[in-house]
Amino acid sequence: MIDNIVDITLLSLIAIHAIAIIRMRSLFAVVMLFSGFSFLSALLFIVMDAADVAFTEAAVGAGISTVLMLATLALTYTSEEADKEEKEPTHNPWLPLSVVVITGGLLIYGTYNLPSFGDSNAPSQLHVAPYYLERSLPETGVPNVVTAVLASYRGFDTLGEVTVIFTAGIAVLLIIGGRRRVKPQVENRDSNRET
Amino acid sequence: MKHNLILRVVSKFLIPLIFLFALYVQFHGDFGPGGGFQAGVIFSATIILYALVFGVDNAKKVIPAYVLRLLASLGVLIYAGTGVVTMLLGGNFLEYGVLASSQVAGQHLGILVIELGVGITVMSVMLIIFFAFAERGRPALNVESESESELE
Repeated sequence: MIDNIVDITLLSLIAIHAIAIIRMRSLFAVVMLFSGFSFLSALLFIVMDAADVAFTEAAVGAGISTVLMLATLALTYTSEEADKEEKEPTHNPWLPLSVVVITGGLLIYGTYNLPSFGDSNAPSQLHVAPYYLERSLPETGVPNVVTAVLASYRGFDTLGEVTVIFTAGIAVLLIIGGRRRVKPQVENRDSNRET
Repeated sequence: MKHNLILRVVSKFLIPLIFLFALYVQFHGDFGPGGGFQAGVIFSATIILYALVFGVDNAKKVIPAYVLRLLASLGVLIYAGTGVVTMLLGGNFLEYGVLASSQVAGQHLGILVIELGVGITVMSVMLIIFFAFAERGRPALNVESESESELE
């Protein structure tokens, strides 16, 4: 009962956020609403007992990515047009709207075939999940099953993820690393990589 | 934000606490929720908060850019290096059981070490990205000693 009320409240708040994000024209407000959206998703994950995912969503989705989007706003706008609004759309909304409605309808239709939430007979619960739940504590001595799976059973995947993050950092450095420089007249010092 | 007294005082008070929480999330990840990814992000959030309130230049004095680049690669090195060490000790790649006397102790040690690697890389990459964005937004640096009046 109380679970249903919490779920419905959170989901309707998320829906309100989504509609507000679409309707808003001020980009600063949109970024803030994105942050709120992420926090609400984190709460939803908490309700579904996925504390680790909720943690990541709150820290990355609501925290870091909001800061980065604000930084992007600051980069792309000069200080005079800081509170500039997004331009009105010039295209007709009916084609994209129909595409979205049809896709959404198909996705909702698809959920009828999904096992219900927490169903113990769902295929995902019958494959390796029982093994992890039963054996991770005696085999690794780590009470948090998520950490045991992430770091030990799927250690190779996590190594790949860390490499992806590392690569992302290198890519950002290559594209916008360092301060913008006035283009020098002399050719290449090694310090000016971008033009 | 240089003149905002309340923000400065509150963030000075909060930053050590968030730091401590990041360390808790990092090293307590095998018992509670959390782990390297989350701890790294929280860790970088402290530095970002510091940079937002006290300025990017002061934050760069705390962690210079070259240290961040070293740390980003060090984290991956710790992770992959653990795998190589387990291979040298006669196990498979990332088979932590051979790291200590018993299987469980080895697993525990291995998970702790690779989570540390994850945390270090995530923390420094987040900061690298943030500093890259923050630096980019500032007025252009004049490489030659020409006038930069056109950009002002």
